[in-house]
Amino acid sequence: MSSLITRVRMKQIEQLIEKASRLDGRGLGDYREIKVEQGVIEKAEGSARVLLGKTEVLVGVKIENGTPFPDTPNDGVLTVNAELVPLASPTFEPGPPDENSIELARIVDRGIRESKAIDTEKLCIEPGKKVFVVFVDVYVLNHDGNLIDASALAAVSALVNTKMPNYEVKDGEVVIKQGYTPLPIKSHPITVTLGKINNKLIVDPWLEEEQVMDSRISMAFNDEGNICAIQKGGSGYFTQQQILEAMKLAQEKAAELRKKMDW
Amino acid sequence: MNEKPEKLIDKKGCRLDGRKADELRPIKIEVGILSNADGSAYIEQGKNKILAAAFGPREMHPKHLAQPDRMVLRCRYHMAPFSVEERKSPAPSRREIELSKVIRESLEPSLFLEYYPRTGVDVFIEVLQADGGTRCAAITAASLAVADAGIPMRDLVVACAAGKVDDTVVLDLFDTEDKAGCADVPVALMPNLNAVTLLQMDGILAPEEFEKAVNLAIDGCRKIYGLQKEALKTKYMLLKEGEEVEEE
Repeated sequence: MSSLITRVRMKQIEQLIEKASRLDGRGLGDYREIKVEQGVIEKAEGSARVLLGKTEVLVGVKIENGTPFPDTPNDGVLTVNAELVPLASPTFEPGPPDENSIELARIVDRGIRESKAIDTEKLCIEPGKKVFVVFVDVYVLNHDGNLIDASALAAVSALVNTKMPNYEVKDGEVVIKQGYTPLPIKSHPITVTLGKINNKLIVDPWLEEEQVMDSRISMAFNDEGNICAIQKGGSGYFTQQQILEAMKLAQEKAAELRKKMDW
Repeated sequence: MNEKPEKLIDKKGCRLDGRKADELRPIKIEVGILSNADGSAYIEQGKNKILAAAFGPREMHPKHLAQPDRMVLRCRYHMAPFSVEERKSPAPSRREIELSKVIRESLEPSLFLEYYPRTGVDVFIEVLQADGGTRCAAITAASLAVADAGIPMRDLVVACAAGKVDDTVVLDLFDTEDKAGCADVPVALMPNLNAVTLLQMDGILAPEEFEKAVNLAIDGCRKIYGLQKEALKTKYMLLKEGEEVEEE
């Protein structure tokens, strides 16, 4: 996901971070401005648009009938997919999902799945045969860095906003009735991504910082403040000390973000 | 389909396969077992059986992927269709694509990529049998394959997972524990630089438990590192004694 950046600029970013400040005036631990708008796509069962600085992600949730996985016959199915839409960045190309979009989808998926955000047992229509399938489609509309946090936030906001169709089973067929009930939500995972530049941890790296940083770490926290998913990325490393430091910082930031959300 | 066991740890603190909480599975590592690869390694960790091979540094194909200032590392993690209970389609799954990416990123910090501009190194990993913790065993083997290919490295990379089953933090989860347990934390380490190059987690852990799991996994890595070094030495000791080893 890299595009060109001049060496002068890279150096500038590094030097500022040494002095605990950043090009856009933020402190090392500050998020960019966050805006969440729910229910932006009427035809989807749930949707949300998140602006994280200039990064923009739209998530749509669709619910369909399907069959459960054989090993979980009583649970509905969650499917997360991410599209790095070509209009979002000169580095995104049309075509089947590449490793970056697959990784993004799987990080978002892990946060929701491992925190048991959706009460999947309530999505069962007929055990072993029919369940509801929840499709979470992440659509990146503008890439200005930290797609992970923006996508995770948009996905949970969309799920909170999701309405399930009322239904009844008649002769083994699912008949959709009038009206909706909200999707059963048990937890609201929040994902916080930190970048490492010159051995310093920064919160919410934006595009140019992503090109300077040598690695990132994303951590998802559930409502109780426990960790439910982690992913290290990038071709650098973290020391044992830095991992613990990152965990504390991410936990603090997740709690801060949680307060801002009106879920 | 396997039934989920009631208890994963008995009253004496023994796990389903008889191990203690901080005990590794039996590990066997061999280096230089494929004659066509520039470097190769084979690892057995419990029932895991994994082959890794490294090719390069060689010319990049396709050429436009070559970088003017450094070598490009490519990794492919792949599972054989017969490696798991139910046949796995040989087409790369989303999981395999993600793992290929994180494995590449776990090996990259160990290489002097800038030594061989415009070239590429390919690392191919084939999981012949999977029994939980394949990404970690794969990294341990892949790093040896790269070393065996004679590519300059800062350090070996060794990986091991820790996790939580039945409220206990345990080392090196096998398949059943991985599926029925509460959490899994794979960690890759460059032992001499004390640098963690892969860290993932799924499941739910309190921050204190996470800290404990990371420490346990790192201890596990250090134990495997001993075996890893031994395996590498074994091949080259034999060479020194003038014995015929691989090809010819």
